[in-house]
Amino acid sequence: METLAMHISNGIIDGPVAAVFAALALAALTVCVLRGRRDLDDRLAPMAGLVAAFIFAVQMLNFPIFTAGVSGHLLGGALAAMLVGPWVGALCVAVVLVVQALIFGDGGVAMLGLNITNMALLGTAAAYLLIALLVRVLPRTRAGLAVTAFVSALVSVVVASQGFVLQYWLGGTTDLGGNLAGLAGTMAGVHLLIGIGEGLITATTVLTVAKVRPDLVYALRGLRPTSAPAVPVVGGVR
Amino acid sequence: MKNRSWGFLVGGLLVALLLAGVVSNYASSHPDGLDSSLLKGCTVDADDNIVGGSCPAQQAREHELGDSPLADYGVRGVGNDFLSTGLSGVLGVLLTFAIGAGGFWLLRRRGSGTPTPDDTTTPAEGTTPSEGDAATSRAGAAG
Repeated sequence: METLAMHISNGIIDGPVAAVFAALALAALTVCVLRGRRDLDDRLAPMAGLVAAFIFAVQMLNFPIFTAGVSGHLLGGALAAMLVGPWVGALCVAVVLVVQALIFGDGGVAMLGLNITNMALLGTAAAYLLIALLVRVLPRTRAGLAVTAFVSALVSVVVASQGFVLQYWLGGTTDLGGNLAGLAGTMAGVHLLIGIGEGLITATTVLTVAKVRPDLVYALRGLRPTSAPAVPVVGGVR
Repeated sequence: MKNRSWGFLVGGLLVALLLAGVVSNYASSHPDGLDSSLLKGCTVDADDNIVGGSCPAQQAREHELGDSPLADYGVRGVGNDFLSTGLSGVLGVLLTFAIGAGGFWLLRRRGSGTPTPDDTTTPAEGTTPSEGDAATSRAGAAG
Protein backbone atom coordinates (compact mmCIF):
# COMPACT_ATOMS: atom_id res chain seq x y z
CA MET A 1 0.00 0.00 0.00
CA GLU A 2 2.36 2.68 -1.24
CA THR A 3 0.10 5.61 -0.56
CA LEU A 4 0.80 9.13 0.56
CA ALA A 5 -2.39 9.53 2.56
CA MET A 6 -2.17 12.41 4.99
CA HIS A 7 -5.74 12.75 6.20
CA ILE A 8 -8.44 10.54 7.74
CA SER A 9 -9.08 7.59 5.42
CA ASN A 10 -12.38 5.83 4.84
CA GLY A 11 -13.35 3.29 7.44
CA ILE A 12 -11.53 4.93 10.36
CA ILE A 13 -14.63 6.71 11.70
CA ASP A 14 -18.10 5.22 11.24
CA GLY A 15 -20.59 6.59 8.72
CA PRO A 16 -23.14 8.29 10.99
CA VAL A 17 -20.51 10.27 12.91
CA ALA A 18 -18.81 11.23 9.65
CA ALA A 19 -22.19 12.43 8.31
CA VAL A 20 -22.86 14.52 11.41
CA PHE A 21 -19.48 16.20 11.06
CA ALA A 22 -20.11 16.77 7.35
CA ALA A 23 -23.28 18.68 8.23
CA LEU A 24 -21.46 20.56 10.98
CA ALA A 25 -18.62 21.49 8.64
CA LEU A 26 -21.02 22.63 5.93
CA ALA A 27 -22.86 24.89 8.37
CA ALA A 28 -19.61 26.35 9.71
CA LEU A 29 -18.21 26.93 6.24
CA THR A 30 -21.42 28.77 5.31
CA VAL A 31 -20.81 31.10 8.24
CA CYS A 32 -17.22 31.53 7.04
CA VAL A 33 -18.48 32.49 3.57
CA LEU A 34 -20.89 35.06 4.97
CA ARG A 35 -18.35 36.59 7.38
CA GLY A 36 -15.42 36.18 5.00
CA ARG A 37 -17.14 38.25 2.33
CA ARG A 38 -16.57 41.34 4.48
CA ASP A 39 -12.82 40.74 4.26
CA LEU A 40 -12.75 39.73 0.61
CA ASP A 41 -12.12 42.64 -1.70
CA ASP A 42 -10.48 42.91 -5.09
CA ARG A 43 -7.06 42.66 -3.50
CA LEU A 44 -7.60 39.91 -0.92
CA ALA A 45 -9.45 37.47 -3.22
CA PRO A 46 -6.50 36.50 -5.45
CA MET A 47 -4.17 36.52 -2.42
CA ALA A 48 -6.45 34.06 -0.64
CA GLY A 49 -6.24 31.83 -3.71
CA LEU A 50 -2.47 32.04 -3.47
CA VAL A 51 -2.60 31.11 0.23
CA ALA A 52 -4.64 28.01 -0.63
CA ALA A 53 -2.23 27.03 -3.42
CA PHE A 54 0.76 27.59 -1.14
CA ILE A 55 -0.76 25.44 1.61
CA PHE A 56 -1.40 22.68 -0.93
CA ALA A 57 2.24 22.82 -2.01
CA VAL A 58 3.71 22.81 1.49
CA GLN A 59 1.40 20.01 2.65
CA MET A 60 3.22 17.79 0.14
CA LEU A 61 6.51 18.42 1.94
CA ASN A 62 6.51 15.84 4.72
CA PHE A 63 9.39 16.55 7.06
CA PRO A 64 10.96 14.01 9.43
CA ILE A 65 10.37 14.56 13.13
CA PHE A 66 12.59 13.33 15.91
CA THR A 67 10.64 10.13 16.42
CA ALA A 68 12.06 7.53 14.10
CA GLY A 69 9.91 6.56 11.16
CA VAL A 70 7.34 9.32 11.54
CA SER A 71 6.89 12.44 9.44
CA GLY A 72 4.81 15.57 9.70
CA HIS A 73 3.49 18.14 7.31
CA LEU A 74 1.93 21.57 7.41
CA LEU A 75 -1.78 21.81 8.18
CA GLY A 76 -1.90 25.50 7.34
CA GLY A 77 -4.68 26.86 9.56
CA ALA A 78 -2.42 29.27 11.45
CA LEU A 79 -0.67 30.43 8.28
CA ALA A 80 -4.00 31.16 6.61
CA ALA A 81 -5.36 32.95 9.68
CA MET A 82 -2.23 35.11 9.91
CA LEU A 83 -2.35 36.11 6.25
CA VAL A 84 -6.04 36.35 5.33
CA GLY A 85 -7.93 36.18 8.63
CA PRO A 86 -9.95 33.43 10.29
CA TRP A 87 -13.01 33.29 8.02
CA VAL A 88 -11.29 33.35 4.66
CA GLY A 89 -8.43 31.35 6.19
CA ALA A 90 -10.69 28.46 7.13
CA LEU A 91 -12.09 28.51 3.60
CA CYS A 92 -8.55 28.36 2.17
CA VAL A 93 -7.73 25.19 4.13
CA ALA A 94 -11.11 23.70 3.22
CA VAL A 95 -10.44 24.30 -0.49
CA VAL A 96 -7.13 22.41 -0.13
CA LEU A 97 -8.81 19.49 1.65
CA VAL A 98 -11.58 19.27 -0.94
CA VAL A 99 -9.09 19.24 -3.81
CA GLN A 100 -7.01 16.58 -2.03
CA ALA A 101 -10.03 14.36 -1.36
CA LEU A 102 -11.65 14.69 -4.80
CA ILE A 103 -8.59 14.79 -7.06
CA PHE A 104 -5.67 13.26 -5.18
CA GLY A 105 -7.43 10.43 -3.35
CA ASP A 106 -6.17 11.76 -0.01
CA GLY A 107 -8.65 11.73 2.86
CA GLY A 108 -11.86 9.81 2.22
CA VAL A 109 -14.66 11.75 0.53
CA ALA A 110 -17.01 10.41 3.21
CA MET A 111 -14.48 11.64 5.81
CA LEU A 112 -14.23 15.14 4.37
CA GLY A 113 -16.39 16.70 7.09
CA LEU A 114 -14.14 15.23 9.78
CA ASN A 115 -10.96 16.46 8.10
CA ILE A 116 -12.42 19.92 7.46
CA THR A 117 -13.60 20.16 11.07
CA ASN A 118 -10.18 19.31 12.47
CA MET A 119 -7.84 21.19 10.17
CA ALA A 120 -9.88 23.97 8.54
CA LEU A 121 -12.20 24.85 11.42
CA LEU A 122 -10.63 23.79 14.74
CA GLY A 123 -7.06 24.46 13.64
CA THR A 124 -7.81 27.88 12.20
CA ALA A 125 -10.07 28.90 15.09
CA ALA A 126 -7.53 27.92 17.74
CA ALA A 127 -4.80 29.71 15.83
CA TYR A 128 -6.80 32.90 15.40
CA LEU A 129 -7.81 33.12 19.04
CA LEU A 130 -4.14 32.97 19.98
CA ILE A 131 -3.15 35.39 17.21
CA ALA A 132 -5.72 37.94 18.37
CA LEU A 133 -4.35 37.67 21.91
CA LEU A 134 -0.62 37.54 21.20
CA VAL A 135 -0.61 40.31 18.64
CA ARG A 136 -1.88 42.63 21.37
CA VAL A 137 0.37 41.59 24.24
CA LEU A 138 3.64 40.99 22.40
CA PRO A 139 5.90 43.80 21.22
CA ARG A 140 5.07 45.00 17.74
CA THR A 141 8.33 43.88 16.27
CA ARG A 142 9.39 41.21 13.82
CA ALA A 143 10.27 39.01 16.79
CA GLY A 144 6.80 39.53 18.24
CA LEU A 145 5.22 38.60 14.93
CA ALA A 146 7.42 35.52 14.67
CA VAL A 147 6.49 34.32 18.17
CA THR A 148 2.80 34.92 17.42
CA ALA A 149 3.02 32.83 14.26
CA PHE A 150 5.07 30.07 15.88
CA VAL A 151 2.97 29.65 19.01
CA SER A 152 -0.39 29.87 17.27
CA ALA A 153 0.72 27.34 14.66
CA LEU A 154 2.06 24.88 17.23
CA VAL A 155 -1.05 25.01 19.40
CA SER A 156 -3.39 24.79 16.39
CA VAL A 157 -1.80 21.51 15.27
CA VAL A 158 -2.22 19.92 18.71
CA VAL A 159 -5.82 21.15 18.93
CA ALA A 160 -6.57 19.72 15.47
CA SER A 161 -5.08 16.37 16.52
CA GLN A 162 -7.36 16.28 19.57
CA GLY A 163 -10.32 17.00 17.32
CA PHE A 164 -9.60 13.66 15.73
CA VAL A 165 -9.43 11.98 19.14
CA LEU A 166 -12.89 13.36 19.94
CA GLN A 167 -14.19 12.01 16.63
CA TYR A 168 -12.61 8.64 17.31
CA TRP A 169 -14.24 8.55 20.72
CA LEU A 170 -17.61 9.20 19.05
CA GLY A 171 -17.27 6.86 16.10
CA GLY A 172 -13.97 5.01 15.94
CA THR A 173 -14.28 1.70 14.11
CA THR A 174 -11.83 -0.30 16.22
CA ASP A 175 -12.47 -0.90 19.90
CA LEU A 176 -9.48 0.47 21.75
CA GLY A 177 -10.43 -1.39 24.91
CA GLY A 178 -11.07 1.85 26.73
CA ASN A 179 -7.63 3.14 25.93
CA LEU A 180 -8.71 6.41 24.34
CA ALA A 181 -6.29 8.28 26.58
CA GLY A 182 -3.50 6.33 24.94
CA LEU A 183 -4.56 7.52 21.51
CA ALA A 184 -4.96 11.07 22.80
CA GLY A 185 -1.48 10.99 24.31
CA THR A 186 0.13 9.52 21.21
CA MET A 187 -1.59 12.03 18.93
CA ALA A 188 -0.72 14.98 21.19
CA GLY A 189 2.91 13.94 21.55
CA VAL A 190 3.50 13.40 17.85
CA HIS A 191 1.66 16.58 16.90
CA LEU A 192 3.58 18.62 19.44
CA LEU A 193 6.70 17.72 17.46
CA ILE A 194 4.94 18.34 14.14
CA GLY A 195 3.72 21.63 15.58
CA ILE A 196 7.32 22.78 15.94
CA GLY A 197 7.76 22.27 12.20
CA GLU A 198 4.42 23.95 11.53
CA GLY A 199 5.50 26.86 13.72
CA LEU A 200 8.82 27.30 11.93
CA ILE A 201 7.21 27.18 8.47
CA THR A 202 4.43 29.55 9.51
CA ALA A 203 6.78 32.06 11.15
CA THR A 204 9.20 32.02 8.21
CA THR A 205 6.42 32.52 5.66
CA VAL A 206 4.67 35.27 7.63
CA LEU A 207 7.93 37.15 8.24
CA THR A 208 8.75 36.95 4.54
CA VAL A 209 5.35 38.31 3.53
CA ALA A 210 5.54 40.97 6.24
CA LYS A 211 8.86 42.13 4.85
CA VAL A 212 7.73 42.29 1.21
CA ARG A 213 4.09 43.31 1.63
CA PRO A 214 3.15 44.08 5.25
CA ASP A 215 -0.25 45.24 4.02
CA LEU A 216 -1.01 41.62 3.08
CA VAL A 217 -0.65 40.29 6.64
CA TYR A 218 -4.15 40.22 8.11
CA ALA A 219 -2.86 39.80 11.66
CA LEU A 220 -1.14 43.19 11.43
CA ARG A 221 -4.35 44.96 10.44
CA GLY A 222 -5.78 44.66 13.93
CA LEU A 223 -2.89 46.72 15.24
CA ARG A 224 -4.24 49.86 13.64
CA PRO A 225 -5.95 51.80 16.39
CA THR A 226 -9.19 52.33 14.49
CA SER A 227 -10.88 50.44 11.74
CA ALA A 228 -10.34 53.34 9.37
CA PRO A 229 -10.17 52.28 5.75
CA ALA A 230 -6.72 51.02 4.99
CA VAL A 231 -4.92 53.41 2.71
CA PRO A 232 -2.51 51.39 0.62
CA VAL A 233 -0.67 54.47 -0.54
CA VAL A 234 2.64 55.01 1.16
CA GLY A 235 3.53 58.53 2.14
CA GLY A 236 1.78 61.13 4.24
CA VAL A 237 -1.59 62.12 2.94
CA ARG A 238 -1.96 64.97 5.35
CA MET B 1 -4.89 45.22 -9.11
CA LYS B 2 -1.73 47.18 -9.08
CA ASN B 3 1.48 45.95 -10.58
CA ARG B 4 2.99 45.26 -7.16
CA SER B 5 0.16 42.90 -6.34
CA TRP B 6 0.59 41.08 -9.62
CA GLY B 7 4.28 40.72 -8.90
CA PHE B 8 3.63 39.28 -5.46
CA LEU B 9 1.02 36.92 -6.82
CA VAL B 10 3.24 35.61 -9.61
CA GLY B 11 6.23 35.34 -7.28
CA GLY B 12 4.21 33.45 -4.69
CA LEU B 13 2.83 31.07 -7.28
CA LEU B 14 6.31 30.36 -8.62
CA VAL B 15 7.51 29.48 -5.11
CA ALA B 16 4.51 27.17 -4.62
CA LEU B 17 5.11 25.52 -8.01
CA LEU B 18 8.78 24.98 -7.18
CA LEU B 19 7.92 23.45 -3.78
CA ALA B 20 5.21 21.16 -5.14
CA GLY B 21 6.93 20.42 -8.43
CA VAL B 22 10.49 19.76 -7.32
CA VAL B 23 11.05 19.88 -3.55
CA SER B 24 8.12 17.47 -3.00
CA ASN B 25 10.34 14.69 -4.28
CA TYR B 26 12.62 15.10 -1.28
CA ALA B 27 9.79 14.89 1.25
CA SER B 28 9.90 12.21 3.94
CA SER B 29 8.03 9.06 2.92
CA HIS B 30 7.38 7.95 6.48
CA PRO B 31 3.75 7.85 7.64
CA ASP B 32 2.63 11.19 9.08
CA GLY B 33 1.56 11.90 12.65
CA LEU B 34 -2.02 10.74 12.13
CA ASP B 35 -1.12 7.61 10.18
CA SER B 36 1.59 6.54 12.59
CA SER B 37 -0.67 7.06 15.60
CA LEU B 38 -3.39 4.98 13.97
CA LEU B 39 -0.93 2.17 13.24
CA LYS B 40 0.20 1.91 16.85
CA GLY B 41 -0.55 -1.63 18.03
CA CYS B 42 -0.35 -3.16 14.56
CA THR B 43 2.70 -4.60 12.89
CA VAL B 44 3.31 -3.48 9.35
CA ASP B 45 5.51 -4.75 6.55
CA ALA B 46 7.96 -2.68 4.53
CA ASP B 47 5.13 -1.24 2.44
CA ASP B 48 3.13 -0.19 5.51
CA ASN B 49 0.59 -2.96 4.99
CA ILE B 50 -0.93 -4.15 8.26
CA VAL B 51 0.15 -7.76 8.88
CA GLY B 52 -0.95 -8.26 12.47
CA GLY B 53 -2.01 -6.82 15.79
CA SER B 54 -4.87 -4.45 16.55
CA CYS B 55 -4.89 -0.72 15.94
CA PRO B 56 -7.30 2.11 14.97
CA ALA B 57 -6.26 1.87 11.32
CA GLN B 58 -7.16 -1.77 10.83
CA GLN B 59 -10.65 -1.05 9.45
CA ALA B 60 -9.36 1.42 6.87
CA ARG B 61 -10.98 1.05 3.47
CA GLU B 62 -10.11 2.08 -0.05
CA HIS B 63 -10.66 5.64 -1.15
CA GLU B 64 -13.80 6.26 -3.24
CA LEU B 65 -11.74 7.92 -5.95
CA GLY B 66 -8.57 5.93 -5.45
CA ASP B 67 -8.21 5.34 -9.17
CA SER B 68 -8.42 9.00 -10.14
CA PRO B 69 -5.68 10.01 -12.59
CA LEU B 70 -3.89 12.02 -9.90
CA ALA B 71 -4.51 9.69 -6.96
CA ASP B 72 -1.76 9.49 -4.34
CA TYR B 73 0.02 12.55 -5.73
CA GLY B 74 1.18 10.91 -8.94
CA VAL B 75 0.12 11.19 -12.55
CA ARG B 76 -1.15 7.88 -13.85
CA GLY B 77 0.79 6.72 -16.87
CA VAL B 78 3.94 8.65 -16.02
CA GLY B 79 6.55 6.02 -15.24
CA ASN B 80 9.24 8.28 -13.82
CA ASP B 81 8.51 8.76 -10.10
CA PHE B 82 10.22 12.14 -9.90
CA LEU B 83 8.28 13.47 -12.88
CA SER B 84 5.01 11.91 -11.72
CA THR B 85 5.14 13.43 -8.24
CA GLY B 86 6.36 16.79 -9.51
CA LEU B 87 3.76 17.02 -12.24
CA SER B 88 0.94 16.11 -9.86
CA GLY B 89 2.20 18.82 -7.49
CA VAL B 90 2.25 21.42 -10.25
CA LEU B 91 -1.26 20.47 -11.36
CA GLY B 92 -2.47 20.53 -7.75
CA VAL B 93 -1.08 24.01 -7.13
CA LEU B 94 -2.62 25.39 -10.32
CA LEU B 95 -5.95 23.69 -9.64
CA THR B 96 -6.08 24.85 -6.02
CA PHE B 97 -5.22 28.39 -7.07
CA ALA B 98 -7.83 28.39 -9.84
CA ILE B 99 -10.58 27.10 -7.54
CA GLY B 100 -9.52 29.26 -4.60
CA ALA B 101 -8.91 32.53 -6.42
CA GLY B 102 -11.90 32.00 -8.70
CA GLY B 103 -14.24 31.21 -5.84
CA PHE B 104 -13.01 34.06 -3.65
CA TRP B 105 -13.23 36.43 -6.60
CA LEU B 106 -16.90 35.55 -7.07
CA LEU B 107 -17.54 35.93 -3.34
CA ARG B 108 -15.77 39.25 -2.91
CA ARG B 109 -17.74 42.36 -1.99
CA ARG B 110 -17.90 44.97 -4.67
CA GLY B 111 -18.47 48.62 -5.16
CA SER B 112 -16.71 49.73 -2.02
CA GLY B 113 -13.30 50.80 -0.87
CA THR B 114 -10.70 52.36 -3.06
CA PRO B 115 -11.73 52.85 -6.65
CA THR B 116 -9.49 51.07 -9.07
CA PRO B 117 -9.57 50.91 -12.85
CA ASP B 118 -11.07 47.43 -12.46
CA ASP B 119 -14.14 48.89 -10.81
CA THR B 120 -15.19 50.66 -13.96
CA THR B 121 -15.47 47.37 -15.80
CA THR B 122 -17.51 45.57 -13.14
CA PRO B 123 -21.00 46.58 -12.12
CA ALA B 124 -20.80 48.32 -8.78
CA GLU B 125 -23.96 46.83 -7.38
CA GLY B 126 -26.63 44.57 -8.58
CA THR B 127 -27.73 41.13 -9.43
CA THR B 128 -24.67 39.29 -10.61
CA PRO B 129 -24.99 35.51 -10.29
CA SER B 130 -22.77 35.28 -7.21
CA GLU B 131 -24.75 37.98 -5.43
CA GLY B 132 -27.87 35.96 -6.03
CA ASP B 133 -26.24 32.76 -4.80
CA ALA B 134 -25.03 34.41 -1.63
CA ALA B 135 -28.45 35.84 -0.96
CA THR B 136 -29.99 32.43 -1.45
CA SER B 137 -27.57 30.71 0.90
CA ARG B 138 -28.09 33.45 3.46
CA ALA B 139 -31.81 32.93 3.32
CA GLY B 140 -31.25 29.20 3.58
CA ALA B 141 -29.04 29.59 6.63
CA ALA B 142 -31.58 31.82 8.32
CA GLY B 143 -34.51 29.52 7.64
